[in-house]
Amino acid sequence: MYHMAKSALEGAVQSQLPPPVIKEEFAPAIAVEDLCKNYSGHWAVDEVNFVVPRGWTIGLLGGNGAGKTTTIAMIMGLVVPSYGRAVVLGHDMARDRRKVLKRMNFESPYVALPARLTVRQNLTVFGRLYGVPNVAARIEELAYDFAFSEILDHATGTLSAGQKTRVSIAKALINKPEVLLLDEPTASLDPDRAEWVRANLQRYQLEHGATILLSSHNMLEVEQMCDFVVIMSFGRVVEMGFPRELAARHSCETLNEVFIQLARREEELLD
Amino acid sequence: MRDSFNRIAAMTARYGYLLRSSWIRLAEVIYWPTMQMLVWGFLYTYLYTSDSKIANTAGPLLGAVLLWDVLFRGQLGFTFTFLEEVWSRNIANLMMSPLTSGELAVSLMGVSFIRMLIGTLPVTLLVTVLFAFNIYTLGLPLIAFFLNLVLTSWALGLVLCGLVTRYGLGAETYAWSVMILLLPLCCVYYPVWVLPFWLQPLAWSLAPTYVFEGMRAVLLDGSFRADLMIEALALNIFYLVGGFGVFLWLLQNARHRGLLLAMGE
Repeated sequence: MYHMAKSALEGAVQSQLPPPVIKEEFAPAIAVEDLCKNYSGHWAVDEVNFVVPRGWTIGLLGGNGAGKTTTIAMIMGLVVPSYGRAVVLGHDMARDRRKVLKRMNFESPYVALPARLTVRQNLTVFGRLYGVPNVAARIEELAYDFAFSEILDHATGTLSAGQKTRVSIAKALINKPEVLLLDEPTASLDPDRAEWVRANLQRYQLEHGATILLSSHNMLEVEQMCDFVVIMSFGRVVEMGFPRELAARHSCETLNEVFIQLARREEELLD
Repeated sequence: MRDSFNRIAAMTARYGYLLRSSWIRLAEVIYWPTMQMLVWGFLYTYLYTSDSKIANTAGPLLGAVLLWDVLFRGQLGFTFTFLEEVWSRNIANLMMSPLTSGELAVSLMGVSFIRMLIGTLPVTLLVTVLFAFNIYTLGLPLIAFFLNLVLTSWALGLVLCGLVTRYGLGAETYAWSVMILLLPLCCVYYPVWVLPFWLQPLAWSLAPTYVFEGMRAVLLDGSFRADLMIEALALNIFYLVGGFGVFLWLLQNARHRGLLLAMGE
């Protein structure tokens, strides 16, 4: 009944939502308000709310099909919400995403860089699309930071999975984004490289005051990088809090235990 | 404006890198028009030398083949350049960047134009050398024919790219087949009066029909029908605006359905 009523209101209310009342400079980096996405009667994301203050790293956690990627896609403006909105740096992403796209970027395992182009060519194209001044110097800087100077002139399609991931992260940083969305950024990296990439991302965040929204299945990574954690299950937010606070609240030692506990509870509820 | 120009230039450079990265890909752009022209060129030679009555039709036939290729290659160049993005799972990267849909469309038009020139120019020279048919003797009307066909190819390309965005790679086959549908209706090789009476209004609703009629008027009667070209241009402006509208509508539809992130898989 609740969902039926929400569906009926979907079209009408969506167009009547008031613009953000907070001035852009004081707005949080990301504000997700009553965000919902319905695919043919299935609620992939269901009334998700959270706010990411500027300069914070937020972990978006959840099992497969929890709605993390759809939530991130709505924050990026790639998917239009059925209800609610995702606001980035004060701009509603379903309405005026153009105003903010230059100030954000993303990395996702669902997308790739053109395989036939060299790493340098790919980064040059994206650097120019984002209006990066002195693209060549920025590429050299990123290649040094992420240790891929030696493969700059290799075709992207010939790189190993780990190299591709590092290049994709470099693409996500090409425009020095204020808001960075990372969907499982270290999934295809060995533990050593993953640790090293995390350190680079943290350094970038400290140097530029960037905000990072990170989706990951690696709880150690989340504990290491995130100031705050949002846990999703079946499209809804089931828990949120500071990593240590969350662990304490659930009488657990680690976030990993919290995640498993919540996942099992959801399974029991389903049964 | 300057930012917009830079983004279009970046996309054009991106497609330039792609063409340069593979000589096979570049050769493919030239290969098909050349093979097609050889077949029709030999037929032209046969017609021209065999019978004085049908010799008159040889010139328009070869001219039609060349101009049809402008339309066909222009549309393929546009659509396949977009498909490259889908195949390489790069659409989400582009849609998340400051590149606007209009800028993407303009860059596809630019690349389609370059690809079409690469495919067509050598063939026109080859035809001049091998079959002594110089299409450039059409003079200034050739520019009007060329421009109108290119505009039609872009309008069709926009609609096809929209369909691929909305329906995924399943719609890829239409990149080839839609032109086969147009071939009989555009009266490429015969005048419009040959068509059944009820089909003629449909033929006249297609801009290329005016171009091919105009070409026949130049080659057979030696007269340039400016009225036909103006009508074709008016139709093409309508098509282009409509095509871009359809592209935007299907893109927004894909955004609602969450198709952009997983596109190409």
